[in-house]
Amino acid sequence: MAPPRKPATLGITGRLQRAPENFLDPSQIAEVAAGRRGFLRNAFLLAGGTAAAAMSSGAAAEFKGDSNILETAPHTKGLGKPVAATGYGQPSQFERNLQRRESPGLTRVPAASVSFAPLQGMFGIITPNGLHFERHHQGWWDLDPSKHRLMINGLVKNPMVFTMDDLMRLPAVSRIHFIECGANTGMEWGNVAVPTVQYTHGMLSCCEFTGVLLSTILDMAGFDRKNGKYILAEGADGSSMTRTIAIDRALDDCMVAYAMNGEMLRPENGYPLRMVAPGIQGVSWVKWLRRIEVGDQPYGTKDEVIHYIDLMPDGRHRQYTSIQECKSVITSPSGGQTLLDKGFHNVTGLAWSGRGKISRVDVSFDGGRNWQPARLESPIQSKSLTRFNINWNWNGGPAILQSRAVDETGYVQPKINQLRAVRGTRSIYHNNAIQSWKIAESGEVSNVQVY
Amino acid sequence: MSKFTSAWLALALAASMSAEAQTGKYPGIGRTATPAEIQAWDIDVRPDFKGLPAGSGSVAKGQDVWEAKCSSCHGTFGESNEVFSPLVGGTTAEDIKTGRVKALQEPVARTTLMKVSSISTLWDYINRAMPWNAPKSLSTDEVYAALAYLLHLGDIIPADFVLNEKTIRDVQERLPNRNGKVKYDGLWNLRSKGDVQNVACMKDCKLEIGLASALPEFARGTHGNLAEQQRLIGPARGIDTTVPASAPAKATATTAPAVSAMLDMASKNNCMACHQVDKKFIGPSFQDVAAKYRGDAGAEAKLVAKVRNGGSGVWGAIPMPPHAIKEEDLRALVKWVLAGGQG
Repeated sequence: MAPPRKPATLGITGRLQRAPENFLDPSQIAEVAAGRRGFLRNAFLLAGGTAAAAMSSGAAAEFKGDSNILETAPHTKGLGKPVAATGYGQPSQFERNLQRRESPGLTRVPAASVSFAPLQGMFGIITPNGLHFERHHQGWWDLDPSKHRLMINGLVKNPMVFTMDDLMRLPAVSRIHFIECGANTGMEWGNVAVPTVQYTHGMLSCCEFTGVLLSTILDMAGFDRKNGKYILAEGADGSSMTRTIAIDRALDDCMVAYAMNGEMLRPENGYPLRMVAPGIQGVSWVKWLRRIEVGDQPYGTKDEVIHYIDLMPDGRHRQYTSIQECKSVITSPSGGQTLLDKGFHNVTGLAWSGRGKISRVDVSFDGGRNWQPARLESPIQSKSLTRFNINWNWNGGPAILQSRAVDETGYVQPKINQLRAVRGTRSIYHNNAIQSWKIAESGEVSNVQVY
Repeated sequence: MSKFTSAWLALALAASMSAEAQTGKYPGIGRTATPAEIQAWDIDVRPDFKGLPAGSGSVAKGQDVWEAKCSSCHGTFGESNEVFSPLVGGTTAEDIKTGRVKALQEPVARTTLMKVSSISTLWDYINRAMPWNAPKSLSTDEVYAALAYLLHLGDIIPADFVLNEKTIRDVQERLPNRNGKVKYDGLWNLRSKGDVQNVACMKDCKLEIGLASALPEFARGTHGNLAEQQRLIGPARGIDTTVPASAPAKATATTAPAVSAMLDMASKNNCMACHQVDKKFIGPSFQDVAAKYRGDAGAEAKLVAKVRNGGSGVWGAIPMPPHAIKEEDLRALVKWVLAGGQG
């Protein structure tokens, strides 16, 4: 896919800097980060353009103020755009750097690939629908919802067919849950491989889903409570993706969802119907859901026997590893960024667990030697992302930032070496290790592994 | 489909379906599925072979199916690494005896036949999802045949083998990695515990190694210019990875690499799923297409029709599926392809 185009006005000079430093270029940012603030005065005096225009002439000019304040901007003295200029609103042109992106070389066929969500630029816990990560197995479709059907069959008294009209009449629930691909952070099992949090952790999203509890539909069909041990969920795309889900999970909190974040599902996320399987890896959240079968044995599908299997050191594959264990990551500052200045920073990140609620997140600034608890922002919900924040005064020296989440079962997020000790280094899936970001004296943040 | 379901269906269909929908907890919602509907959609095949339809296919017939519909992605011998991971390779006669692929204990690339533990999985997936650009177009016998040929390529069955709903059970007992699987209950069942635990040490915690791995310098730019992937305000900026870390920072604003608008359009319309500009992929390269039609005045109309309706036979047996592309975009794309995908 082509990289997104930038609006013409973008560029490092378009940054909003506190006055009078609104014309710093990257080398000057490096100077600031190195603590050499004296150069600023000279740079300021020599600068041309609007910054200089705001000053009175002469080398001994007195600083009167920020031109962004002293000069009235065009938008302050003109007429803006009318209502409904865009029928479906779009983000500001200045936000176009935050895009879903592919990791080059990860897959060779874009219809069976992944796009990663830009976690580095997100706030709170809700993923905007247009930035939700994508994973397709045989390309995506925009299905006509009036022609979409959901069938329930197998070990049921009454095999049934539902239209979308039917499903949207049934009792609805709305719940916030995270979805994480089982392969998220999979590129980092052996060593550091990718530069930013978008690529290390971006197969992660969190939405408020609306739909019908799967238990409602299984009850309507009269499923066999004695022999029904598993369900098979099947999609309507070319691969007719299938996954096995345990019946107790299906009856607990799984949903057939038609909406995300207040609007219908996006086509890339399974419009008009998908499985929501809270706490279970994303591949089980079958999109374009067309059929649910109740059975007495697991189904051994392609994504249970050939893919989404964990290769253990003895050469055997673990199958049906579904639970997304407790995990967290600092999203700002994170890899691929340069901090503008030393001093105060709000360090922020995300924590989640497939087993329930997050109970605590600790943050280390010295590579895991000493830890302090972060503030958890509400809401703190089961199998949902939880946002954490912690204050930090960066003294300009090297630092290594880590976060470590604990869930309500008491499970503590492991270090990568602890995972490797049990599962080796050749797995692809279920890497929930503590992430480390190294801050250099230049302010440059990079991806490292520290344990 | 189970007998349980079939027996119940006969009873259900004797009753009025509309009356059915008006009863129960949510009257008026949903209806009973018909046997024909269930037969149309209930295509899954389980490891115990429940759901496997009767049929048969020889290795010889499978070779024909393979060369026409499978080899362009998977290679003549199932060995290709060009489009997908290889299907065949890495298994031995000894593995067939033990049911454990020995090579999996070494750091090697894994093929499908090294991994798969249930033969039903291959049958089910070929049947539901293959070929890549025309899923569900194979007959039941073609699925048996293609699978037979694949197994033969892996030396699991001999050249004169005929795979059918009965012999497939014998093949299961010859799968090289049939015993190579394990289920860890703690990662499936919420009531069980996970396999790896940390402790929440808070102060003066000991490290084993310290800094163990970092992104190598050469990998800085592998994911594009990171300056263009970060917000333009806030506590940090993206690193300009167009310059090495050791080089002095550039004073100029970064600019996006020039992107062909047409290449962008071709990607968005899924052309690039099967074609490349300068190399043969699943379909011919755009440069080859341009060369073939050079000087042909009717080429544009011909190709517009071909993209819209699909076609086959010109570049080999792999068919080009029909594409619903906006008329003006379609014409622009065809012009661009006939110019060799330049500009």
